[in-house]
Amino acid sequence: MAVDVDTVKKIAFLSRLKIEDDSIEATREEFNKIIQWVDQLKEVDTDNVEQLISVNENSIQLREDEVTQGQCSKDILANAPMKEYGYFAVPKVVE
Amino acid sequence: MTDLTKLTIAQAREALKNKEFTAIELTQAYIKNMEAKRELNAFVCECSEKALEQAKLSQIKIENGTSGDLEGIPLGVKDLFCTKGIETTACSNFLKGFVPPYEATVTSKLLKAGANFIGKLNMDEFAMGGSNETSAFGPVVNPYSKDVKLVAGGSSGGSAAAVSANMCAGATGTDTGGSIRQPSAFCGVTGIKPTYGRCSRYGVIAFASSLDQAGPIAKDVRDCAIMLKNMAGYDAKDATSVKVEVPDFEKFLSGDIRGMKIGLPKEYRVDGLNEEVVAYWDKAAQMLKDRGAEIVEISLPHTKYALATYYIIAPAEASSNLARYDGLRYGNRVDGNSIDEMYINSRTQGFGKEVKRRIMVGTYVLSAGYYDAYFLKAQKVRRLIRDDFVKAFEKCDVILTPTSPVAAFPIGDKKMQEDPIAMWLNDIYTVSVSLAGLPAMSLPIGLNKDGLPLGMQIIGKAFDEQRVFEAASALEKQAGFEGVK
Repeated sequence: MAVDVDTVKKIAFLSRLKIEDDSIEATREEFNKIIQWVDQLKEVDTDNVEQLISVNENSIQLREDEVTQGQCSKDILANAPMKEYGYFAVPKVVE
Repeated sequence: MTDLTKLTIAQAREALKNKEFTAIELTQAYIKNMEAKRELNAFVCECSEKALEQAKLSQIKIENGTSGDLEGIPLGVKDLFCTKGIETTACSNFLKGFVPPYEATVTSKLLKAGANFIGKLNMDEFAMGGSNETSAFGPVVNPYSKDVKLVAGGSSGGSAAAVSANMCAGATGTDTGGSIRQPSAFCGVTGIKPTYGRCSRYGVIAFASSLDQAGPIAKDVRDCAIMLKNMAGYDAKDATSVKVEVPDFEKFLSGDIRGMKIGLPKEYRVDGLNEEVVAYWDKAAQMLKDRGAEIVEISLPHTKYALATYYIIAPAEASSNLARYDGLRYGNRVDGNSIDEMYINSRTQGFGKEVKRRIMVGTYVLSAGYYDAYFLKAQKVRRLIRDDFVKAFEKCDVILTPTSPVAAFPIGDKKMQEDPIAMWLNDIYTVSVSLAGLPAMSLPIGLNKDGLPLGMQIIGKAFDEQRVFEAASALEKQAGFEGVK
């Protein structure tokens, strides 16, 4: 399946990454090479094969959803690039 | 006095107990080496002062008989592990300046055992790479380099190089598709990726969560056993860590492998494989046979699809995991006119080329219209790859393969730089094991004609690290590899 320029732009936006106009073509070419390479999986017969979500399918641990730590907003905010009034600050999103 | 940095963890531990030298002297010796070999670029953060303070406390514990299993042993920590109060960047510009307010479970276990962290180690950005060249801090230089600077491998390149050059007694690494084993092979040291679920991933910056595992890189098999014992165990903070007993791996180092069945996968003997790699592989099999093991041919029929499967699943999980880097809560922030623009600017500036490439590939294979054809397909092939191993282990106890089809290559190698797939192909012997979640160790077997180390990989059944240690220990005794030590 060949990937076109519009798809590359769409994927870049979904990834929240910017690709400069002059490198879109190079990105598209490289992307196509990778996709064509992974396309070899089409040869494999996977009818009646369940997907493998976890290698330890039978041992995933469940626990009660309880608060185990808290009162640490200072720690959580310590690395925030911008904070105000004890909150993370973002650019204005509502007009 | 002999050079203390040449001692293994086991030797240093014994000598500390016998009061031959102090934990402070040991730490000083490593710090001196760490500083003298800065040109290798193995450490991205040195914690000398903190380490010396810690050594003093360790010495008191040694003297009053309350020391832990790793008391006073200077270790390096891959920069992917969150270390409380110590900058942790995953070697990405995005996370420069990030100081975790908490400690990863694996490193907190090591600290509890008395280990002393002397610094954070260089790696490929977010562990994505096989040569350490994607690091925001620049590539690590392989200690075996002569005229031309060679890569240390990746992604745990700093860990392998630092251990190889005696800049720390042992190091933590992480392995998603070969990131402990391949650099260990390139630098002539020993490393083990344990079974998926053996070590907690809590506090290990996530790359591909269904594959990521922590493990040790050390000077020999015994040191790996000592370190792994102090890293492994169930942790309520990681739902994928498994509730099984952690054996004392040191009890499985006798090297007595009489009657053990060693499998050699016929699909791994590909046409055009480097002759020296083949020769050492045959030699390693012979060495194990000489010690009483039985060699059997096995088949892993879906081997040729492992790389493509891995390079769908790992980027898919990475694109999801790295969505958290939005410039909001930590890390790089570049303002924009809207919140989307802020995300885009922060991520575009903060991430390197390989990370962006994998996020894009991952986003594509997960996106509407392609999910079934790529991601779901790969998840199904992953089951076939895992089932191949289950079947193979009906005929053998462990599997012997080369760790990598090549030895260390020059930094900036043109072919590898221009063709990402060429770089990815180096993972051919390590990714299947990761997809199957099995334990595997790489240990040095000898030098090639250029004087560069080659590694052998021993793969075990899930949660059977014990037999991996037994076989590795036998091979190590037989090979008698002398490192750069």
